[in-house]
Amino acid sequence: MNASWEVVIGLEVHAQLATKSKIFSGAPTAYGAEPNTQACLVDLGYPGVLPVLNEEVVRMATKFGLAVNATVAERSVFARKNYFYPDLPKGYQISQFELPIVEHGELFISDADGNDKRIGITRAHLEEDAGKSIHEGLDTSSGIDLNRAGTPLLEIVSEPELSSAKEAVAYMRKIHTIVRYLEISDGNMQEGSFRCDANVSVRPRGQKELGTRAELKNLNSFRFVEKAINFEIERQIELIEDGGEVVQETRLYDSDKDETRSMRSKEEANDYRYFPDPDLLPVEISADYIEAVRATLPELPAAKQERFVTEYDLKPGDASILTASIALADYFEAVVVATEATAQVAANWVLGDLAAALNRDGLDVDAGKISAQQLAGLLDRIADATISGKIAKEVFDAMWSGEGGADDIIQARGLKQITDSSAIESVVDAVIAANPGQVAEYKSGKDKLIGFFVGQVMKETGGKANPGQVNKILKDKLS
Amino acid sequence: MSQDLHTQTLTQLAAGLDRGDFSSVELTEALLARIESHGKTLNAFVTVTAERALAAAQRADTARAAGDGGVLNGLPLAHKDIFCTRDVLTTCGSRMLENFISPYDATVVERLAGAGAVVLGKTNMDEFAMGSSNETSYFGPVKNPWDLACSPGGSSGGSSAAVAARLTPAATGTDTGGSIRQPAALTGTVGLKPTYGRVSRYGMIAFASSLDQAGVITRSSEDAALLLGVMAGFDKRDSTSIDQVVPDYVAGLSGSLKGLRVGIVRQHFDAGLDEKCAAAVRESLAVLESQGAILTEVDLPNLDLSVPTYYVVAPAECSSNLSRFDGVRFGHRADNPEDLYDLYCRSRGEGFGAEVKRRIMTGTYVLSAGYYDAYYLKAQQVRQLIADDFRKAFANVDVIAGPTAPTPAFKLGDKTDDPITMYLNDIYTIGANLAGLPGLSTPCGFVAGLPVGLHLVGPHWGEETLLRCAHQYEQQTNWHKACPEDFE
Repeated sequence: MNASWEVVIGLEVHAQLATKSKIFSGAPTAYGAEPNTQACLVDLGYPGVLPVLNEEVVRMATKFGLAVNATVAERSVFARKNYFYPDLPKGYQISQFELPIVEHGELFISDADGNDKRIGITRAHLEEDAGKSIHEGLDTSSGIDLNRAGTPLLEIVSEPELSSAKEAVAYMRKIHTIVRYLEISDGNMQEGSFRCDANVSVRPRGQKELGTRAELKNLNSFRFVEKAINFEIERQIELIEDGGEVVQETRLYDSDKDETRSMRSKEEANDYRYFPDPDLLPVEISADYIEAVRATLPELPAAKQERFVTEYDLKPGDASILTASIALADYFEAVVVATEATAQVAANWVLGDLAAALNRDGLDVDAGKISAQQLAGLLDRIADATISGKIAKEVFDAMWSGEGGADDIIQARGLKQITDSSAIESVVDAVIAANPGQVAEYKSGKDKLIGFFVGQVMKETGGKANPGQVNKILKDKLS
Repeated sequence: MSQDLHTQTLTQLAAGLDRGDFSSVELTEALLARIESHGKTLNAFVTVTAERALAAAQRADTARAAGDGGVLNGLPLAHKDIFCTRDVLTTCGSRMLENFISPYDATVVERLAGAGAVVLGKTNMDEFAMGSSNETSYFGPVKNPWDLACSPGGSSGGSSAAVAARLTPAATGTDTGGSIRQPAALTGTVGLKPTYGRVSRYGMIAFASSLDQAGVITRSSEDAALLLGVMAGFDKRDSTSIDQVVPDYVAGLSGSLKGLRVGIVRQHFDAGLDEKCAAAVRESLAVLESQGAILTEVDLPNLDLSVPTYYVVAPAECSSNLSRFDGVRFGHRADNPEDLYDLYCRSRGEGFGAEVKRRIMTGTYVLSAGYYDAYYLKAQQVRQLIADDFRKAFANVDVIAGPTAPTPAFKLGDKTDDPITMYLNDIYTIGANLAGLPGLSTPCGFVAGLPVGLHLVGPHWGEETLLRCAHQYEQQTNWHKACPEDFE
């Protein structure tokens, strides 16, 4: 990045809350149903209908507020954001404006130097989602699907304290992890349950006042967030360096072309005419309620990460990846409890072979084909030297294919490690006898050839000889 | 026998049905016949649901024969066309909803039907309840049975005219700034607007959500008590309805007015009030005093701010509430729109009348960036002052009494070109809406052959007191029994 420019980013993350019914009606929120089959009269904005708050969203927002060390407001107010759009049935969106339910939160990310950096969370407020317009398959008209209308959202607004696309992604990932830990959102980005808008501006390094910002709308993957912001930073710097000016506007990221382009400028922006919604009472939250919710909070990612480092002596980087998902962290801990192997070995396997296999088959950790107990069984056989690490990979693949537990596979395939010294010695003797030239070279000081001899022994034993013993015996016999 | 059924109050009709003097079907037929012969003259109904009414009456008679049926079993009434009624046209007096068949029942409709009421039809009203003369209705003005050249008041003018003309013994109404009480006063009927939150607003097409409240227009306070007992109560579908015990309003009617503290607001009798109306109201206060009530002067210092405050708050809410009428899902839709913008502009431009547009524009303006603080926020603050004035006044009195409207019924067309004068018609009633208080108008005399109303306002949940006060007053007077000559 250009050293003479400073980048300022603030994110507005929209997390869809995982309630069964909508925020102001009893209609279901399930994704993927036939258009307009999950919208009741309230969602359709029929004359005379009224919104009734789903109390579950209050509990969820409270959980989030507590998880990011924020203030949960004793009194928050729903307001109407007025604008016309076909997918907005009432002509206004019910949101929170002046008095949001959550304010003054924070979380920590790692900056470019690996240090903790505090990012302030200005506010998080509850609101309803709109429906969506459908253009595909319709010639001259547009269709409206109101299934999504009234789906509860928590909009989480950061302070403009992120200084790079990487930090923005790190922040968004943290929020993603937290909402999933709290089980308040499924965080599914393909389905749009988790998305963000990014406010991006640049200013000459050292300048106090902020540059003019552009708002990038509806970024629905971590990769797009990073690419869109980086494109936008470059665009703004180039524009200013060429003597131009950034205009305040909303821009859309086109992932096919990897560029952002203008949607509407501030001049065309709506005046939303916010005012308190007279159909809904203020949300009042007591200290007792907050404490009751606090008691239900799970161990949060930051605390779990720290515990993994201190309790299991893991590398901080591994602890961070393992705790990014509560399912992965739980799996890891289940392996650790069940195995004789060290926690770091367990971590290596979970983050290595297991993660690769899950990734290859596109599976979530809960849907993997090897249970934590099965993996622990495999690690035990490495720990007690029944098999080598290398053979273990073969056993792992067989387990993944459903051939059974580690012991069965080792037995069935005859993979048990050869630890009988006399058996190994005889193979070593044969290898030495068969390779006089290499023996001479080794003895003349070409130490690296030890690898060749190890390889030959392994080849003869089908990889089953204990590598430590092989090394030791070879070195003895060749000296 | 059945020729005079229309002259009876709900309470009398209930007794007649109980005695078996007539059936609900006979009663319903008699009233449908009256609507048939007089309805067109008055233009009081937008829709007459004759078939459904007769079927409901038949069911009521069957239930009665089996010893079943609710407290209103077989009793006819009409609904203001602002209440959504399932499978029935619900127009709200607007071209926008000229063809809108509601897919559901409002809570008020559901509760009254649940108690056995028979719905004769839907009454005409000012468009979206915006008006004080019933002249903003897309379906034309309603005429006052006391003088067909006059307005029956508004916005519940169809309900007030229908009750006054004995086309129905009772009708529902809604009151945002006086829309039940002013038409009741102008037609010699009883109009009750309950405490905000007493009756569910679910299914009542919203005008100004923080002010709207459903109530009734009847020919006696006793009938109003009977209906309120059925309509009132918490509804989980309306977050602003309040979970408060519903008393037996009919039982609460008895008891003397001895010691009842009645507040008189000095400003009510200032310039602006017709002198003859003032005399009628003063006379009614003397009646209350003779019944043992203690008259005390009270001060509502911010009362003169109520009309301007109302005309910021109500349009603001209406501008937002009426945004849903966009031609996309229901209601009027412009033909062959060129694009989305054209669809919006023409659907709304064609669907709404002038007064509705005026209020949408006013409301949009007062909520706009840069004006919000000066208008909407300021109005909310003044609203609080007005509510405080009432609270202080009710520390010393049980009810506040005064005129309902500044003049008797005015001529149709007289005020249509001057919205401000029209708005001032609600000067005595608007305060109760801004403060969320119950109010009642009962007939208290005539000026030049036109009825005058006595207005009673109570503290929150003071309906029992209002109804008892009005009922006891009605026991001493006959104003509420007077019937317009051509509708006897």
